[in-house]
Amino acid sequence: MTSVMHSRPQGGSLVEQFEYGLDAPICLTWELTYACNLACVHCLSSSGRRDPRELSTEQCEAIIDELQAMQVFYVNIGGGEPTIRPDFWHLLSYAVDHQVGVKFSTNGVRITPERAAFLASTDYVDVQISLDGATAEVNDRVRGKGSYQMAIQALDNLSAAGFKDAKISVVVTRENVSQLDLFKELADHHGATLRLTRLRPSGRGADVWSELHPTAEQQRELYNWLLVAGESVLTGDSFFHLAGYGESLPGLNLCGAGRVVCLIDPIGDVYACPFAIHDQFLAGNVLSPNGFSGVWQTSELFQELRSPQTSGACTKCEFFDACRGGCMAAKFFTGLPLDGPDPECVQGYSEQALLQVGRTIPSASQDHSRTAAPRGIGENLLQIGSFTPAAPPSRACAEDPLAGFDFPANLTT
Amino acid sequence: MTTLVSIELDESWVLAPDVALRPEPFGALAYHFGTRRLTFLKQKALVTVVNSLNAQTLVRQALEGAHVPEEQWPAFLKALGSLASTGMITRCDERKVS
Repeated sequence: MTSVMHSRPQGGSLVEQFEYGLDAPICLTWELTYACNLACVHCLSSSGRRDPRELSTEQCEAIIDELQAMQVFYVNIGGGEPTIRPDFWHLLSYAVDHQVGVKFSTNGVRITPERAAFLASTDYVDVQISLDGATAEVNDRVRGKGSYQMAIQALDNLSAAGFKDAKISVVVTRENVSQLDLFKELADHHGATLRLTRLRPSGRGADVWSELHPTAEQQRELYNWLLVAGESVLTGDSFFHLAGYGESLPGLNLCGAGRVVCLIDPIGDVYACPFAIHDQFLAGNVLSPNGFSGVWQTSELFQELRSPQTSGACTKCEFFDACRGGCMAAKFFTGLPLDGPDPECVQGYSEQALLQVGRTIPSASQDHSRTAAPRGIGENLLQIGSFTPAAPPSRACAEDPLAGFDFPANLTT
Repeated sequence: MTTLVSIELDESWVLAPDVALRPEPFGALAYHFGTRRLTFLKQKALVTVVNSLNAQTLVRQALEGAHVPEEQWPAFLKALGSLASTGMITRCDERKVS
């Protein structure tokens, strides 16, 4: 990846402006803990065990104060499973009391009828329940035994309490792509909105990506489905690589990493995007003297990302303007060059590169997976191909940073 | 898309109470906490106009105050109309200039 230094253009499209970055993120993802009761096989953050360096309640409050000062209106809180932090509900209230709206992702474990009633009474809180199969059979293979029932119970509790418009967040895989209509029915039944995101080869996702990512035919199927669904289904701009089929899907169709989004992890490390928890994309730590704003505004990595990137062979492709070479994290974690095509390039330009013998998958720079897999609820059911379930998983974090935002096609002047 | 609201020069509009404007190099972000809707104001002059809206000021005065050339007023009214249609700005009591 090589940046081409230019100064910010005057006027121009919003996407061009975004390429040069914003004074503060539009919204950011904040993984509150690496601890998780589940062990999903594709967890982006390789969660499971709590990190002993996890930020204290006071340090989290200080981050919220800073976000308020920077006018970051909205955070996506995830993990791990954020609700198992004892101060989770306090931090949730602290954020909304400080004009920082919250959407949090959960597997549902703590969404009791009482909590559901509390959530229904709040403004500015959005709840997203992770579900990766429209049936227990498909879901529990990936997310663990009993996790389907846990999620459905949470959705039932929310709707019984009168909570409006929860989100059901689905990572689209080879195994659930045929269930899109069923997911939509499930969401409609609960008065919820369906949200689909892309399976990333990040965290433990790297171990299962080649077996779980949608096939080329399924990608086409997904694209057609999304075109029909339009804005009734949220995608958080997750599938902009599919724009290479010809027609852009709703959203920005832009890699926002370090430009309009970023991720704060449980120990305060700031990464370029939620799918890039790796030293290569580490910009700094919120505990450094100038705090989060110092990292956002001055980190070398973010400066580098905030200029148009050279995109090698992709620039010659007629669809380059649509997909812009795809997802940086997806390329990195599959060992592909960052200035080449996305591993799921719909024009097939990455097929040869993926077959290359010398391709090296970068080793993880951290892993909070539990050493012993859960038994009972959350027990791992998936054993596919080379993946050994010895690396036990989790997550509640298929969290796309632009989620929940409504990008009107006709932007104000 | 929501239907466009028509804005007249001799009306008064204000930023909705649930809305915050955040300055950016290209203009501003407007965020509506109630609807969680985000809109981008892509011109600094538009930001100046929106910031100067209040119950005592007519849209015409806000445009003049921001030195927006008269030939651009229709475009600005359209932009304000789009902000109004998403609830970012709201109309004050009708006040007509005599």
